[in-house]
Amino acid sequence: MKVLMFGWEFPPHISGGLGTACYGLVKGLAHHKQDIIFVVPKLWGDEEPLADFVNASDVTIDYRERRFKKFWKNLTYLEVSSFLVPYLGPEQFKKYTDASMHDRTDVAESVFSNKFEFSGKYGKDLMMEVSRYALVAAQIAKDKEFDIIHAHDWLSFPAGIAAKEISGKPLIAHVHATEFDRSGETVNQVVYDIERAGMHAADHVLAVSQLTKNIIVKKYGVPASKVTVVHNAVLDASIIKSHYEKKVPEKIVTFLGRITFQKGPEYFVEAAKKVIERDPNVRFVMAGNGDLLNRMVDRVAELRMGTKFHFTGFLKGDDVDHMYAISDVYVMPSVSEPFGISPLEAVRHNTPVIISKQSGVAEVLNNAIKVDFWDIDSMADAIFALLHYDGISRMFKDLGTKELKKLKWEHVAAKLVKVYSNTLSQKP
Amino acid sequence: MRTICFYFQVHQPVRLKPYRFFDIGEDHHYWDDFSNRSIMRKVAQKCYLPMNALLLDLINKYNGAFKVSFSISGTFLEQMEAYAPDVLESFQKLVATGHVELLNETYAHSLAALKSKEEFHKLVKKHQAKISELFNGYTPKVFRNTELIYSDQIGAMVAELGYEGILTEGAKHILGWKSPNYVYCNSIEPKLKVLLKNFRLSDDIAFRFGNRTWEDYPLTTDKFVKWINSAPEDEEVINLFMDYETFGEHQWAETGIFEFMKHLPEAVFKNSHYSFSTPSEVIAKIPPIGKIHVPIPISWADEERDLTAWLGNDLQDEAFDRLYELEKLVNTIDDEEIQRDWNFLQTSDHFYYMCTKFFSDGDIHAYFSPYDSPYDAFINYMNVLSDFMIRIKEKASLQEASK
Repeated sequence: MKVLMFGWEFPPHISGGLGTACYGLVKGLAHHKQDIIFVVPKLWGDEEPLADFVNASDVTIDYRERRFKKFWKNLTYLEVSSFLVPYLGPEQFKKYTDASMHDRTDVAESVFSNKFEFSGKYGKDLMMEVSRYALVAAQIAKDKEFDIIHAHDWLSFPAGIAAKEISGKPLIAHVHATEFDRSGETVNQVVYDIERAGMHAADHVLAVSQLTKNIIVKKYGVPASKVTVVHNAVLDASIIKSHYEKKVPEKIVTFLGRITFQKGPEYFVEAAKKVIERDPNVRFVMAGNGDLLNRMVDRVAELRMGTKFHFTGFLKGDDVDHMYAISDVYVMPSVSEPFGISPLEAVRHNTPVIISKQSGVAEVLNNAIKVDFWDIDSMADAIFALLHYDGISRMFKDLGTKELKKLKWEHVAAKLVKVYSNTLSQKP
Repeated sequence: MRTICFYFQVHQPVRLKPYRFFDIGEDHHYWDDFSNRSIMRKVAQKCYLPMNALLLDLINKYNGAFKVSFSISGTFLEQMEAYAPDVLESFQKLVATGHVELLNETYAHSLAALKSKEEFHKLVKKHQAKISELFNGYTPKVFRNTELIYSDQIGAMVAELGYEGILTEGAKHILGWKSPNYVYCNSIEPKLKVLLKNFRLSDDIAFRFGNRTWEDYPLTTDKFVKWINSAPEDEEVINLFMDYETFGEHQWAETGIFEFMKHLPEAVFKNSHYSFSTPSEVIAKIPPIGKIHVPIPISWADEERDLTAWLGNDLQDEAFDRLYELEKLVNTIDDEEIQRDWNFLQTSDHFYYMCTKFFSDGDIHAYFSPYDSPYDAFINYMNVLSDFMIRIKEKASLQEASK
């Protein structure tokens, strides 16, 4: 089977978990001998050759193609929407008017037959890139041969829709996270609309967890029968033996992730206070960066635990491994986590984990302590128990690593291939 | 008699290096030697060396009729010895003229006066000893607390140590209708004289000199002499207190600040009845006009002239309290490095960097801070403090074991 896949990033150049998941999936599909055309806005040239990579920045769009007219229209719509970002400067205004001009069919074709250099980032021109990406997708769908389209997350949903309309091939929309996970109840309407349009245009929808499936059904009005849960897996389930040694005598409890609303950092801080009150020989570490960082620093100072609670800033490379290696307990108190791969990384480092019940990973990891993100008392209890009762932490270490071995991308890919063929057979 | 009293604060903190969580328990060197050295060298070239040379010329030219005073912090003295012996030599030459007065302060330029009398005494003695060592047995008679922080209580503490006078800010909210241009005395210990900064005239030089949008720009010596002449006849002393780095660093040479200072004595002698005096001369010659009541500490910082530049927000209070909790234990430890780090960690600048008053005086704070934000300053300081705590606990238990 030949799959035309639209992503937004691919290792090694990633800024979110989406790239890692795409990498695992592609690797798993390659194991099952599936042909993949993988499109990303920007290729760097050092990606592992697992698929037929297409760099969207290199695609020349043929503006004479009448069928693309609609996507130009969308482009105008999306660019206008992105002006919801404040301050409309002269430059942006010019861009807006330029985009509107593309809607005209009477302009000489040479003006429009060009390429677009994508940044592939999550920057201020994101909306524009998303809509340009759809145009490129239309071109690719016209040029390439394939059986099915697979689009990852809202950023590439417009691309998936465009490819489907041009080629008539079925579309699979893969949801790794929804706007409700990212923003709580204050959703960005434009993003929501794109997500919804993608899910409804799709012939089948994939969700990374039951939790995410529930959101898709409840908040996006997609029939449950159209949604299949495909949990993420790990690339490598082997135990990581680190030679990095802890330099402080105290035990270490770690939060590692973006310090944003979604990740629930404040519950970690409050639980830390409760633990420190009972056991002063513990250090808490909050590793990462995000818009709530300063507020967390303030709260730690206010709770007068500044010498017991540390911030590392954004960690990269070896430091991430070191952090897992010296942790005695790993906590992921996410308020809403579609999946959440980091606890699995912690397990690989033989670190017992506490995860919130509001995370997709809780569905696959049985041997972890699960608490409600808001229940700081239970969280504190669990931290205290894992720090002090060796039996329970030893048990979680052993069983956790066993469980991890079952989470293989090959299994995920096998499930995926089934979804592909079912979808194709349903197609009239 | 009418007189002008110049006092310059000479201070550089020993800055912390970026110290990460992973360094705790392993790396016990906290100080950014490279940036401390390069900042000292940079300011030496721009300010200390040229200004010291200028002052020496003026003192010689007027046979001592022109004179100034300095308070040089211990952290500065130590870094000067290490990185700028040429600056040290130029200060020694100035002091040797006999027309330059040195003031005493806390060695670490610390906020200890607000927290611990014992620590305060210790740091004052340490500063005294250092001054004596570097300046040929010189013993200061007048005190200047960190950033002119003063209250009735602090004054009483200083009087107890035998000082004749102390310098502080002529803050509007403590003076009310009163003028800073008199000598006052402490309200608890009247034998301690209090000299108040004339902040308008001081800040005309220190802050506004190079400001082209200031209505009185450019400030000439004639204009300045006209202003001091316009003070009521019976007002006797004009205290011009400022950072020494005003000359060449805060106000660049291009603003003409050096020219201004070069010609100021001449203009004063020619067109006014003012003389120049050092703080102890002022105190000896001019009797106090009354007590000044300062129940709540004041300082010379920011618009509020209070302590909020260093203390008051959660970050600052947490860091400050955690630090001084260690005082007792540190005092039991006989270890040179521990004592040095303990001193340097007390320097007020670390707390200044944690100030979150972004909107009024934030610019000034940002200008002097090596950190991107007060939060970064706090995180770094607390990481260092955590390591310091581990070290002193270890040392203490080792000492205990060897007994």
